[in-house]
Amino acid sequence: MTLPPYAEFLGLTVARDAGGATLITMPFAHAVTGRPGFLHGGAIGGLLEMAAVVALADALGIEFDATRIKPVNVTVDYMRGGREKETRAQGTVTRLGTRVANVEAHAWQDDAAKPIAAARMNYLLVR
Amino acid sequence: MAETPSFAFDPARFFDGGARGHGGALGIGYHAHGEDWAELTLPYDARLIGDVATGVIASGPILTLMDMATSVSIWLKLGSFRPQATLDLRVDYLRPATPGRTVIGRGECYRITRSIAFIRGVAHDGDAADPLAHVAGTYMFLDAPE
Repeated sequence: MTLPPYAEFLGLTVARDAGGATLITMPFAHAVTGRPGFLHGGAIGGLLEMAAVVALADALGIEFDATRIKPVNVTVDYMRGGREKETRAQGTVTRLGTRVANVEAHAWQDDAAKPIAAARMNYLLVR
Repeated sequence: MAETPSFAFDPARFFDGGARGHGGALGIGYHAHGEDWAELTLPYDARLIGDVATGVIASGPILTLMDMATSVSIWLKLGSFRPQATLDLRVDYLRPATPGRTVIGRGECYRITRSIAFIRGVAHDGDAADPLAHVAGTYMFLDAPE
C-alpha cells in the first residue's frame, strides 16, 4: 500500500501480521521525540491515525486514498510513555457502514499486550 | 518594562531557535501567548501532505501542533514549567487545512487541579472565525501533587 508523504516523514512501513491484518512500524528517530527520553505524543497520534486509515482502506479493499476516507475526529488515550525504540501500531475496523466507519487503533513497543496508546476514530466514507 | 522573574515560563524563549525533536522536525514555532493561552505555528510543508491529490496536510501534524500549544498553555497558567504527560486528546477535524497556508494552533488551559490540567483549543489557517480543528483534553503532572 502506497502511503502519503507524512507517513514517509514518520518513517512508517506497512506489513501484514500472521493473521493477515495490516501492521504499521515506526522506527525510532530524533524527528519523533518529545520530552527527553520519550516519543512525542503527537507522533504517536499520527502513527495511530495512519494505522487506522490503512486498516480501513484494507477493509474497503482499496489503496490508501485520502479523497475517499475523511477523518471526522480522533480521541487518543496515552497509557505509557513511548520509549526511544521502534513502535508498532494496528487498526481495527469496529463498524464499516455505508457513510461512516468506526475504527480503533493501538500502539505498542515491546509487548502488544502493553499498549503505549490507543485511539478511537470516526471516518466519513466517500463511495 | 517589568523584569521577568528568572523562573517564569517564557514560551517565546522556549521556542527560540525552533522547537526540538518532533515539533522541530514539523517546523512548529512560537506565535503569541497570554496568561493561560498560547498560539504556535505550523508552516505548510510538502513533507506533511496526507492527500497527494489535493496537497492537504495530514491530520497528524495538526494533532501535534495542538498537543504542543495546549501543553504550553498549562505552563503559562501555572507561571512555571512543570513536567507533564498527555492523558488524552480529542481532535475534531472541522475542515481540511488549506494547502500553502500556515496553520495557527491556539491552546488554552481552563482548569488545573493538583494532578490534572484541562485544556481546549482551536486551529485555523488565517481566519480565526473559520477554524479547521477543535481540541479538548487532559494532562497529568508527572511530579508529586502540590
